[in-house]
Amino acid sequence: MSSELESLYQEIILEHSRYPRNYGRLPQPTHHAEGYNPLCGDQVHLTLQVDGEAIRDIRFEGQSCAICKASASVMTSLVKGLPLSEVEQLYEAFHALLTAEEPPTFSHIAPKYQDYLLAFGAVRNYPMRVKCATLPWHTLHAALHESHHELVSTENL
Amino acid sequence: MNPTPLLEKARQLRADFPILSQTHPSGRPLIYFDNAATAQKPRVVIERLSTFLATQNANIHRGVHWLSQEATHLYEKARETVQHFLGAASPEEIIFVRGATEGINLIAQGLRRAYFQPGDEIILSTLEHHANIVPWQLVAEELPLRLKPLPLTSEGAVDISALPDFLSPRTRLIAITHTSNGLGTRTPIEEIVAFAKAHDIPVLLDACQSIVHEAIDVQKLPVDFLVFSGHKLYGPTGIGVVYMRHPWGRKLPPYQGGGDMIVRVTWEKTRYAPPPAKFEAGTPAIAEAIVLATAIHYITDTVGYDFIQTYEAYLTDLAETLLRNVPGLTLYGTARPRGPIWSFNIEGIHPHDLGTFLDSWGIAVRVGHHCNQPLMDALGVPATARLSLAFYNLPEELQTLQEALLAAVEFFHKPLPSLRHE
Repeated sequence: MSSELESLYQEIILEHSRYPRNYGRLPQPTHHAEGYNPLCGDQVHLTLQVDGEAIRDIRFEGQSCAICKASASVMTSLVKGLPLSEVEQLYEAFHALLTAEEPPTFSHIAPKYQDYLLAFGAVRNYPMRVKCATLPWHTLHAALHESHHELVSTENL
Repeated sequence: MNPTPLLEKARQLRADFPILSQTHPSGRPLIYFDNAATAQKPRVVIERLSTFLATQNANIHRGVHWLSQEATHLYEKARETVQHFLGAASPEEIIFVRGATEGINLIAQGLRRAYFQPGDEIILSTLEHHANIVPWQLVAEELPLRLKPLPLTSEGAVDISALPDFLSPRTRLIAITHTSNGLGTRTPIEEIVAFAKAHDIPVLLDACQSIVHEAIDVQKLPVDFLVFSGHKLYGPTGIGVVYMRHPWGRKLPPYQGGGDMIVRVTWEKTRYAPPPAKFEAGTPAIAEAIVLATAIHYITDTVGYDFIQTYEAYLTDLAETLLRNVPGLTLYGTARPRGPIWSFNIEGIHPHDLGTFLDSWGIAVRVGHHCNQPLMDALGVPATARLSLAFYNLPEELQTLQEALLAAVEFFHKPLPSLRHE
């Protein structure tokens, strides 16, 4: 087994994809968005309960690969209960981890979140898979900020 | 059947393809199983392109100088090669385009302006590639038209028993794939053409995947339109063919306007050239058309369709046996006759993850929806992995694929000791 593959599919990722957290749909969401990758057909539907300045509850469902499903599962676990300002920080950190020329240091991110984000670090070595990992985060961003653009596509970001 | 002579020939032919002797970054030999997306190029094709550009390049149809005459001659010879390849009655029926997608758009826009009436109907099939769906939807939105996709049998072939029910007085075209790019199943096109002729309905055949595996003669299979792409037939990208049976080329208006498609331009009135020039506005893909002819000669003369059919049938049996022995593997569309293309999924493994896993073994397969989303909907899956073979693939490559698939099952289903992270 190649070690690159082991680092891409770390146990956190395999485990979250096999047993996704927060899977399903909130009955009365305050925010929702649908993320879609037309290149591969990955789909993520997010429903959120936002109360004032924090995400009180969040669920996801959809058809997607292990990377995307694990990313959605980890993301929903991390952002549940967080103030929106911290959600934004995690979003930026995750995005930078996968796409910035220099991988960022996570000094501004609480240590308890760092391991979960860093588990996705090897995805940057698989350019065709980066969108699998970022789709749930882009969908979250759209759900919170773009109430008029509920269908998010990886091809017009 | 004794496969030894077949295997010897396959190994010899494989040596014509320089790309196949490369080592994958993983250190393993490259195994190229994505032939339905694009085929690799034999050395004669690569060298022909180089020779043309190095010694014969000029624009065509507009120079009296030596090089232009030479290039024009080669380009029109290429058209004749395609004409004889398809059994077309005249070179006028052969139009060079960028690929099958442009070809179908050319036909759809022509029919829209000279043939269809609002309310007309087109029969297609559930197997169609997006390139044989969306161009018709563009026309259908404008007119409107009704698109009626034929259903599939449980084995993934077009169910032609539905044809009589799909026929109506408004049926004006049958536009259908010959071999499915997603499932590999072959459409019973002989029956469809006979049905269409009996009801005086023209037929467009998408031959992209079939012409790679079987010879097509438009006299024996009298379709009105046929398209294919050069790059899937071991030729270059950027070149494809529309066969347009006479007199359709006279009836349909030009697709694009520009140079080379006119007889006389004035501000008051422009007279168009006869086909095929009428449909080839601007400087065409000259080098690519000439090199396509080289690819066609390579397939018909060096490889031979008899060999392709016999050897690929041998690989087909082997591939199906090997795939069926992978636990949890579902094959979609097992009908025969077929081309050597299969869609499959393995329980609990998303095709994208499988594609990345196989790539780490040096194996190239296509994963996703294969520009076949309506077909994926019909199968009830978002995506599949697709194996597609060419005559240069070898049995040991299929054995390696099976080994890799078994390893993937083990990898993605391995027990996770540190279960239940927070």
